[in-house]
Amino acid sequence: MSDTYNIEEAETPETLILPLDSWHRERGGRMVEFAGYWMPVQYEGIMAEHLWTREHAGLFDVSHMGQLYLAGEGLDAAVEALLPIDLSTLKVGRQRYSLLLNEEGGVLDDLMVTRWNSGLYMVVNGATKWDDIGHLREYLPDEITLSHLEEAALLALQGPEAALALASLGLTPAQPQIVAVDELGFMQSGPYLWNGVEIHASRSGYTGEDGYEISLPAEHAAAFADALCAHPSVKPIGLGARDSLRMEAGLPLYGHDLNEQIDPISAGLTFGINKRRRVEGGFPGAERIQAALAEGTATKRIGLTLQGRQAAREGAEVYHGEEKVGVLTSGGFAPSLGKPIAMADVPAALATPGTELFIDVRGKKLPAIVTPMPFVPHRYFRKGAA
Amino acid sequence: MTRYFTKDHEWISVEGDVATVGITDYAQNALGDITFVEVPEAGKALSKGDTAAVVDSVKAASDVYAPVGGEVLEGNPALEEAPELVNTAPDGEGWLWRQSVADAAELGDLMDEAAYAAYIAEL
Repeated sequence: MSDTYNIEEAETPETLILPLDSWHRERGGRMVEFAGYWMPVQYEGIMAEHLWTREHAGLFDVSHMGQLYLAGEGLDAAVEALLPIDLSTLKVGRQRYSLLLNEEGGVLDDLMVTRWNSGLYMVVNGATKWDDIGHLREYLPDEITLSHLEEAALLALQGPEAALALASLGLTPAQPQIVAVDELGFMQSGPYLWNGVEIHASRSGYTGEDGYEISLPAEHAAAFADALCAHPSVKPIGLGARDSLRMEAGLPLYGHDLNEQIDPISAGLTFGINKRRRVEGGFPGAERIQAALAEGTATKRIGLTLQGRQAAREGAEVYHGEEKVGVLTSGGFAPSLGKPIAMADVPAALATPGTELFIDVRGKKLPAIVTPMPFVPHRYFRKGAA
Repeated sequence: MTRYFTKDHEWISVEGDVATVGITDYAQNALGDITFVEVPEAGKALSKGDTAAVVDSVKAASDVYAPVGGEVLEGNPALEEAPELVNTAPDGEGWLWRQSVADAAELGDLMDEAAYAAYIAEL
């Protein structure tokens, strides 16, 4: 009997526990399985949490995401062979969005790359991290060491009061050339000390708001989260609001708006193919992507604003007149707009803002208008822009 | 007036020939912020278990089933402008529709308030 039991165990992987699991439960977090982990989908309610983040500051636990560190001889060239990033222009402490591509130019994952002093720090999606690590280990030369930073938690503090709240913790730059945490510009990062603990803060996020993503040792994560939530601007926010915030910000979610069949150009991620690489190529799928850049793509990822209050969700069919032209890749109610929005992949000819399409929800054709993204303007902290 | 409950978390309140149907506080709490409610039109014939209404929350769309058969008398007109009534007053102003009761015997399959309280305590 014990043998049988073990086989069943192996076939059904156990849902994993993140460092802040009990912290979430103590604060009333409603826990759901997501990307193989128990994670809070909401505390007081998605709508309230969403609006709180847009007005104040929300603390998100994103420790399910993969934090990787790459170092070694010939690192830049080795990474450029796998990602369409231009590392020659990525200075220490700078972060950039990039894409892990397959040989056909399809998106294996989207990720953030930051240059630390001696190597590259990457944050990849939680659901794809094991495949990403396998892919990187297979294709990176032996001289490059890849470390999976499993002992690190990752928190995101997002919203117009995020800088105020984070600065109130009295972080000190861990290196002389690093600026105060509230002086970091968008997509800049640095090491800081908090009560003697080294943390890494970057001015970035996934909500369209100003804010930070903070990597820190897992054993200090609960105390750090407590310190942040002691600030009157900060509340813990669940995955539900994270999804509605990123949709309003027009940001794609891997596994939904992006996948191996979708090329980055049709997905509106041309900025993820850095300029030098567009010309020079030399990354997986470069030919297809260069052709897409030169000739355009057959389909495009678009934003849609629905005309009524009824929401349409991922998988709903999109029609132009009587003709089925695509499916929704994301969709839901947008709390900051008070109406439903969606994203879809449709023929490029129908991607012009103002085009009227219909979304089939339970046999009803809901009218929807192609809308430029982001639906809610980004409010990133760009130095010199203030 | 007697109130009955289903395992799918609908309630039905019967007064004379007219029954009022809604979802329970437990259900609205599980669904989260409700953003849209599609209620049935007057005259629609319902059999027990038919999908009669759809409740859309920030998280998902959920079917609401007819606890018993009958004919729809009206959908709650207040929900078009204020779907959040289902969150704030699921047992009262947030009712979904009124219907006739075709066969009173179907009510016998439902739970009373005490049985429903015991049922959700086990979930």
